[in-house]
Amino acid sequence: MKKSANTGSNVLALILLGLLMVIWHLIAEYSRIQKFLPSPAEVVNTLVEVMPLLKIHIWTTLKEAMIGFFISIILAVVIAVFMDNIKLVKKAVYPLLIVSQTIPIIALAPLFMLWFGFGMLPKIIVVVLVCFFPVVISLFAGLSSVDEDMVNLLKSMGANKLQIIGNAKIPASLPFFFAGLKITATYSIMGAVIGEWLGGDKGLGVYMMRVRHSYSYDKVFAAVMVIVLLSMVLFKIISVIQTLSMPWQRKNTEV
Amino acid sequence: MNTCQSRAKLKVNNIEKSFGDIKVIKNVSISLVENEFVSLLGLSGSGKSTIFNIVAGLLKPDSGHVIIDDEDYTGKTGRVSYMYQKDLLMPWKKVIDNVCLPLVIKGEKKKDARDKASSFFKLFGLEGFEYKYPFQLSGGMRQRAALLRTYMFSRDIMLLDEPFGALDAITRAKMHVWLQDILRGLDTSVLFITHDIEEAVFLSDRIYILSDKPALIKEEIKVGLERPRKKEIITSDIFNSIKAHIYGSLE
Repeated sequence: MKKSANTGSNVLALILLGLLMVIWHLIAEYSRIQKFLPSPAEVVNTLVEVMPLLKIHIWTTLKEAMIGFFISIILAVVIAVFMDNIKLVKKAVYPLLIVSQTIPIIALAPLFMLWFGFGMLPKIIVVVLVCFFPVVISLFAGLSSVDEDMVNLLKSMGANKLQIIGNAKIPASLPFFFAGLKITATYSIMGAVIGEWLGGDKGLGVYMMRVRHSYSYDKVFAAVMVIVLLSMVLFKIISVIQTLSMPWQRKNTEV
Repeated sequence: MNTCQSRAKLKVNNIEKSFGDIKVIKNVSISLVENEFVSLLGLSGSGKSTIFNIVAGLLKPDSGHVIIDDEDYTGKTGRVSYMYQKDLLMPWKKVIDNVCLPLVIKGEKKKDARDKASSFFKLFGLEGFEYKYPFQLSGGMRQRAALLRTYMFSRDIMLLDEPFGALDAITRAKMHVWLQDILRGLDTSVLFITHDIEEAVFLSDRIYILSDKPALIKEEIKVGLERPRKKEIITSDIFNSIKAHIYGSLE
């Protein structure tokens, strides 16, 4: 039942996408800005054409994004668990976390080049800075969402802190955690690209800068398309992992 | 012989508890002998659950002691288990893993714990549900699973805090008969909280009637009804006269 409803909504989204493509095509063909706007068909053609060249850039960006992504997760888990268990840590760290998000990373990123060079490190740092906040906040919310009565029940059974975390807190926080991960997965690619804009010799961001300077807007769009596809694939992978790791939640999708 | 049979399993001696300036429990003493079913009957919010938390060791009384098998367990968790009207089954664990959770927490291997627990599924009417998730069970079945988990944790004493309070009246009546039948096959003493007079009379050997704020024991009633009790007993004269007596005492 639900399955057909799902495909139904996908069909709707595809129809809308098609409609937008048509509008894009019309604008690209007939408007004043046609010089700077390649049509969808041109973009796809270009993408196929430059794909062999793009591979190395995709690989670099993906590597930076993934390394940053995993560092963010580890960092976020550690900080969230500490905040959840030690009130003092929460009081000290939580406000700073919020403040840290008000810092425009894009303004700081050029400095990272000065501090950390033109290699992968500054890009990974940008990814981590962008990514770890959504995970830490969602995971912390998840850890605090556990039914207090459930924790008390475990305590009455003589459970220690680790057993409470393992049996109740972590499973209860998984839906929150994955919600954060999904946002983060898409941010990670974007973070890496932003990092690459500022310097380097490989990566989708570097590539985009280069082709923009040579006015090859079709290639810019081709790179954008790759970024969109990568982000969607990551999002999907996280969704699949989520479904696999939370069989008890499948009632929402299967029943 | 007689003293041996009525050995006190659990004794709560003169406990008192205040939260801030408000005295919640005043000089409450309760005893529970082996295989006995004892109810604490009182209005909602009369401090029944506080007494339970003290017996379970989650709260420390301001004064008084909780003695189990002649040992002082005041403020110590891990000896007796309790069950709420919320089943508190973990949605992420299969029924069998929920049930054997207390054993795993005590350090048993998952497989051994599962083996031990699964032998009780038939008795508890849960056969075939071992590897289902809680959301696949009805309310009554979930309470059965919660009771089995409680039993796995401490086989000799169980604290049941309005366990059937969230069920509809018909399911609840069925659960009463079910609980009584099941307890006959188990060597266990039950301390039961309720504000439902009929429930208390039907299930209990003895009933402590609690007064409202602060909780103190107004009266102790022995329910002399023979076991096993049939569902129909609740319309009998003797049942009604006990009920009437309790009504009077509560007012």
